[in-house]
Amino acid sequence: MTREDDSELRDTALEATELDRRLTATWATPPGLWGALSTVDHKIIGRRYITTAVVFLALGGLLSLLMRLQLAQPEARFIGPDRYNQIFSIHGTNMMFLFAVPVMQAMAVYLVPLMVGTRSIAFPRLNAFSYWMYLAGGLLLWIAFMLDAGPDVGWFAYVPLSGPEYAAGKRADIWAQMITFTEVSALAVAVEIVVTVFKQRAPGMSLDRIPLFVWSMLVTSFLVILAMPAIMIASTALILDRLVETHFFNPAEGGDVLLWQHLFWFFGHPEVYIIFLPAVGMVSTIVATFTRRPVFGYLGMVMALISTGVLALGLWVHHMFVAGLPRLGESFFTASSMAIAIPAGLQIFCWLATIWAGRPIFKTPFLFVIGFMVIFVIGGLTGVMVASVPFDTQVHDTYFVVAHFHYVLVGGAVFPLLGAIYYWFPKFTGRMMSETLGRWVFGLIFAGFNLTFFPMHILGLRGMPRRIYTYQPEMPWSGLNMLISLSAIILAVGFLLFFIDAIRSGRSGAPAPSNPWGASTLEWATSSPPPPYNFARTPVVGSLEPLSDNPDMLPVAAGLRVDCRELLVTSVVEAIPEAREPSSGDSIWPLWAALATTATLIWSIFTPWAVVWGSIPVAIALIGWFWPKGTSEDDS
Amino acid sequence: MLIEGTGFALSIVVYLYLMSLAPSWPLNAAPPDLLAGTSLTALLVASLVPNLFLARWARNQNLLKVRVGLIVMSLLGIAPLILRAFEFPAMHIKWDQNAYGSIVWVMLGLHTTHILTDLIETLVLTCLMFSRHGDNGRRFGDVSDNAMYWNFVVVTWLPMYACLYWVPRL
Amino acid sequence: MRTARPLLLSVIIAVAPGCSGNQSALNPHGAPAIHVEHLIIGTVAACTAVWILVMVILGLALLRRRRAAADSAKSEARLTMTVVAAVVATGVIIAGLTIASFYTTRSIGGPESAALTITVRGQQWWWQIFYASSGATPGFQTANEIHIPLGEDVNIRLESADVIHSFWVPSLAGKQDLVPGRSNSLLLRAEKPGVYRGQCAEFCGLQHSHMAIVVIAEAPVDYERWAAAQRGDAMVPADPDAAAGQAAFLAKPCAACHTVRGTPANGTTGPDLTHIGARQTIGAGLLETTRGSLAAWIADPQTLKPGNNMPMVPLTSVELQNISAYMESLK
Repeated sequence: MTREDDSELRDTALEATELDRRLTATWATPPGLWGALSTVDHKIIGRRYITTAVVFLALGGLLSLLMRLQLAQPEARFIGPDRYNQIFSIHGTNMMFLFAVPVMQAMAVYLVPLMVGTRSIAFPRLNAFSYWMYLAGGLLLWIAFMLDAGPDVGWFAYVPLSGPEYAAGKRADIWAQMITFTEVSALAVAVEIVVTVFKQRAPGMSLDRIPLFVWSMLVTSFLVILAMPAIMIASTALILDRLVETHFFNPAEGGDVLLWQHLFWFFGHPEVYIIFLPAVGMVSTIVATFTRRPVFGYLGMVMALISTGVLALGLWVHHMFVAGLPRLGESFFTASSMAIAIPAGLQIFCWLATIWAGRPIFKTPFLFVIGFMVIFVIGGLTGVMVASVPFDTQVHDTYFVVAHFHYVLVGGAVFPLLGAIYYWFPKFTGRMMSETLGRWVFGLIFAGFNLTFFPMHILGLRGMPRRIYTYQPEMPWSGLNMLISLSAIILAVGFLLFFIDAIRSGRSGAPAPSNPWGASTLEWATSSPPPPYNFARTPVVGSLEPLSDNPDMLPVAAGLRVDCRELLVTSVVEAIPEAREPSSGDSIWPLWAALATTATLIWSIFTPWAVVWGSIPVAIALIGWFWPKGTSEDDS
Repeated sequence: MLIEGTGFALSIVVYLYLMSLAPSWPLNAAPPDLLAGTSLTALLVASLVPNLFLARWARNQNLLKVRVGLIVMSLLGIAPLILRAFEFPAMHIKWDQNAYGSIVWVMLGLHTTHILTDLIETLVLTCLMFSRHGDNGRRFGDVSDNAMYWNFVVVTWLPMYACLYWVPRL
Repeated sequence: MRTARPLLLSVIIAVAPGCSGNQSALNPHGAPAIHVEHLIIGTVAACTAVWILVMVILGLALLRRRRAAADSAKSEARLTMTVVAAVVATGVIIAGLTIASFYTTRSIGGPESAALTITVRGQQWWWQIFYASSGATPGFQTANEIHIPLGEDVNIRLESADVIHSFWVPSLAGKQDLVPGRSNSLLLRAEKPGVYRGQCAEFCGLQHSHMAIVVIAEAPVDYERWAAAQRGDAMVPADPDAAAGQAAFLAKPCAACHTVRGTPANGTTGPDLTHIGARQTIGAGLLETTRGSLAAWIADPQTLKPGNNMPMVPLTSVELQNISAYMESLK
């Protein structure tokens, strides 16, 4: 890396058009199917990831409509208990593991390298692999559902209901193995993001100049790394209990059923913040752009992100308040769960202050942020309610909690996400989404959401438990349930309109300039959509808002090679350039590795020997992946 | 490694959690025999010495010494696997007998997969170092990463060894 | 008979609903639930006020008229002060709610002092209930219906035979899980006589939706009378239909799963039927106990409660009528 070679072609030697031509030749994905299967371009993979996650959102939404159909009337017989249990289990599993977490990571896969001003994500082949694994896990779940073998034990799969004795067949195994797929992919992306943020930031982007969205993804990635191993251990233990008769969760042989809940929620609660923190970053970005000023209290926001991340690991027990744990321990978790309201509050106040001091422009992305504020504050406050042990004993596992977490997750993550899609759509596709339709989408989703989910608070307090496929006519719940089911149609129409807008705009929307919103972060410094190499020359950052300092002329650093994939490595704290580092080229091996892993994991549902035999093709694929090509590209 | 470290730590937590619930520990079994596990631990600790040398040679990009070091480390990767084969019976319990057996086997298995993956990586690197791809800055970088990983495999074993062999004797 | 069955079932479902009773956290009649209701109302009020305040500020921030050039340094400083004050206020409110929560937990107290202990054992998908013997009075077993004396502390011991369930009678107390391999307890104290409905609150499989329980709080005298009747063996059927029903019951597979004390029937898989005629509901709150609903249930339990563990036993229509009559007579 330090060797100098006169034959190397550097960007310093070329003027703009020639530079573009050469860089494109080096970085572009070749056309055709083979090129599509072997690409490692983080923008192509990011777009794929987002599209796939949104398809899963639509599928999960269809399931919720089926549930609302069944629950609209008492003792309805549209869907039997067996199908219904599959439907709600897959709705939850799908929304958490196949939509919410991946879509947030997908946005980061696309945006983080652009926002930190580098040419590619770290470990681009791992990134390709993670997408294939994610896709395989999603297909596994949905194909199983189509074949009437979908998991029916809830997205939480509590033992012993999901254990060998009470969950016959392969449904619970499919759930547990799908977890493995999505965890592998989530962990891989988390590692890529951490390394990209730590080592590949543009020169001058010291820690205090990192955009808030990037900060939020950094904290999120650490949460993924610390929390997800717990669910891997749990789901592995479950599979072992089911397949080779271990006794982790069997109380008759020294196991314990609450062990599952501890492990599951040690992951499951941070999971909520894994979904919510990226949304915080999105909201901050949108607020800054549409109030035409930087977010108030940058340092406070960063501290709030980090402290939320730390606290998130210390409150899992509040999901187990009625499981019969010692009261003293529960009180501790009440306090820690309540305490997380403080950083959340700080974030809300900082945004309010930003809006107060700024000059708001009411474009669609900003509308979604306003909707987020209205809804998420309710979700946060009901969160404070369920943090209290006695309060929780009345609402735990009722529709009150269903309402609460939809307010948190839809209000706190989906609203910002929709805003973010409207906001970054021009960057992703080079076309604007429709402002008129956008307002309709917002209005319908906002009204439909509140009409659907607010009444559920009342249903819960009036005694309606969760996860029931029907209720008896004498229970006083029919009226509200009918209202909820009708409102769900409004919500669904809003989403339908959104999909129509996205597809139509992607094809024929107005062409977008490179910076349509007048934003100040680096992703807007390159064309829309960005070229395969992201930036012709590496930008140099002198403040938190590089584009507003100097809208016309962004200072750049030069010296990277153009005849092979190379990017700049900088120091962790100050982002001082350290070295030029090669970046891997396109490769089909990540796909083979993912296929081999998929075959092994699915096979292992049926026999433990699959792990032994399946590891051989996996090992071959990995060796192929890392085997040097012998070209100058790899050997520099 | 942060991910795997968390995984190892969690497996120890699960072990201690199950122990805290059990009326007696180990559950219906004698404490494990020390011989195989202790000699394996000694071997792993001893293997750190050539490993650290290997890391230094790789840093200095000394091809010949790195080749020798990799061969030594390959052998030192195979030897613990042989000892590990004696560790499983030394536990005096099988995975399907009770929860104690389950966690013990899973901990041993988890660590064994790490020895195994590092061994495969070492073998592949050894082959590479004898090929035309060998004498190259990135390969030397890979060798130091691999040496680092072996350190990790050894260091994580120590708390697991203490947990598996000595906690039941407390 | 066979073709008439679905029609019969839908008529039964339409006209003979199970007992509705009271099942709402907002309509409490037990001491623990009353404490929690106070907490709920207080917390919701405080949170509503916070939400309204935040929304007013949001509205003002969005719509306020901007002056052309404000002193930016000064206004930033003022904003900082405001944000800090708001965070402090959040902390104070949170601390207040936490203390209120602790205080509520303390005032509910534990079931340690209770004189009466009732063991509830969760089963897929019904509740098995044991009243312990005390001194010379023997204990007894029943299902899906608990009677408690008014105004007295009652300790409900919660265990599970299979998967996790959750015991929740919201008008009397918050819920508590029934965890296999563990034993939990819950305090009940009814302040007003009545019939309180509850249902399983932890997802437990196919018929989680139809796993209700009824708690009947009555004056201590009435309670003692009920308990004495429950302790006794089943009545010998006087009516000839019921007597024929008993014979059929004992001859058919019924007795392999159900116990009727005082007869050879001593199965333990299903609910104890010794006094089933005296219970308000059958099928864990599914239907009100009448001869018609009993017949419908026995004729085809899988249509009424798909997936439950009671198989359909082939019976002639006479046998069915007789067995239903017998069941109804088991007061």
